[in-house]
Amino acid sequence: MKNKNIFLVVFLLGGSSLLANGEPTAADAIFTINNTWMLVAAFLVFIMHLGFATLESGLTQAKNTVNILFKNVSIIAIGILTYALCGFNLMYPGDFNGFFGFSGLGISTGAEGLTPAYNPGYTYWTDFIFQAMFAATAATIVSGAVAERIKLSSFLVFSTIYVALVYPIVGSWTWGGGWLADKNFHDFAGSTLVHSVGGWAALVGAYTLGPRLGKYSKNGEIKPIMGHNMPLATIGVFLLWFGWYGFNGGSVLSADPGAVSFVFVTTTLAAAAGVIGAMGTSWIISKKPDLSMILNGSLAGLVGITAGADCISPMYSVVVGLIAGVIVVLAVIQLDKMKIDDPVGAISVHLACGIWGTLAVGIFSPDYQLGIQAIGVGAYALFCFVSANIIFQVVKLALGLRVSEEEEILGLDIGEHDMESYAGFQIFTVE
Amino acid sequence: MKLIIAIIQPEELPYIKEELLKREIYKFTVTNAKGQGKEFPVQEVYRGISHEITLLKKVRLEIAVNDEFVEPAVEAITKVAKKDGDKGRGKIFILPIEECVRIRTGETGSVAIG
Repeated sequence: MKNKNIFLVVFLLGGSSLLANGEPTAADAIFTINNTWMLVAAFLVFIMHLGFATLESGLTQAKNTVNILFKNVSIIAIGILTYALCGFNLMYPGDFNGFFGFSGLGISTGAEGLTPAYNPGYTYWTDFIFQAMFAATAATIVSGAVAERIKLSSFLVFSTIYVALVYPIVGSWTWGGGWLADKNFHDFAGSTLVHSVGGWAALVGAYTLGPRLGKYSKNGEIKPIMGHNMPLATIGVFLLWFGWYGFNGGSVLSADPGAVSFVFVTTTLAAAAGVIGAMGTSWIISKKPDLSMILNGSLAGLVGITAGADCISPMYSVVVGLIAGVIVVLAVIQLDKMKIDDPVGAISVHLACGIWGTLAVGIFSPDYQLGIQAIGVGAYALFCFVSANIIFQVVKLALGLRVSEEEEILGLDIGEHDMESYAGFQIFTVE
Repeated sequence: MKLIIAIIQPEELPYIKEELLKREIYKFTVTNAKGQGKEFPVQEVYRGISHEITLLKKVRLEIAVNDEFVEPAVEAITKVAKKDGDKGRGKIFILPIEECVRIRTGETGSVAIG
């Protein structure tokens, strides 16, 4: 009883100390609710990293699991720290020429940053942390496509440069109020800004590295390299879906009941439709229902709706998700035919469906035009493709990109880390 | 009829398989094994402590062959596995088989080995 009274007093004191003068108003309450939702959304996006880690682990070989996990854990650290150092201010430079601006190193704010005067939806700090989680998400997309054969050091160097510079600069074009925002280009939660930005780097990485040993034989045969843990992969996908409620729901940038609840529904419908689309496509093509394909399918639907979750109707969200599910299966098969080895389907999910989702806004929403959406897709494609190529080539020259053949066969866990992920278990390192 | 048991380094398995297939040896069994020989132990690091692992990963390959295939099989294995260097290259043991039965048809002897 005594504890409860003390808590109440502290809470009231604490609450009123935040407010300017006098009694709390309805506007203050709304601000608190908005800010609270945005913080919840921020940590929902955070848990997506656990989703990526488990999904990638599940879809790759056991002998490389430590390496995959190491990349995933280090990427979130690098993403957040570089965003604090320079990314946030590159992405939101304030008034700038529309292409490139920088409002200084580090993050800081005055008292105004903690009030609705900064933004009715969130404080400066909430703004930073929510956006920082997005940055880290874009960076981690690459790790799946380059898995099982990239040198750890090379990957870390590439990712640091890409997430510190490329991601926020191209992000400023739209969310930072740059030239694409002026053209009414719409990417609600990042089909282009996050998923295709990561996807282009994933594509460049995968083909610059080359395929894993034994994946494509000289006479054109494609050998599947099976993921070692389907339960982990499934856990990963459901965690990603779970986090996506924050990813899309928080992109409303407030707790507006109508907007957030609408976005929750469009997001969910698209994810579900993505599962079905992938299920049908892969079942028809392969004659057997493939779990890894429908897992990718749900993510495809989610990526597909991410650009337009706020402006595409529920019915069309289903269509967007269905088509994304079909696209992802076809993309996986096509990439294999082109001898681009993507162990987890990152390119198919994030790049292919990121592009689809962005264009879908122009197709299904009366407020935006397909032509403008296409211009945006093209602009990001050009910049990301070129910059990823440059960075990868420089890293290749300086550090080398790939591990040695012997290390790749033995497993990167032993080669890069001198450690086993499943110590005590008998795993086959080769077939 | 002979049973060839070969203990090899795991990374050689795909290449040995290829060589066996070239010599028309299609049937064999593969199991995981751990073993130690004269080779140097492997260093692993866990939470700041460097330690040596002496029992190392191996693959155990078992091939049951008719007598005329013994030499090709051994040749296939040694062609891939024989290398200079610190690592142990493994061993091959050749055992006589008293009887062999094909379960599906009940055939015995050399015919059953295939």
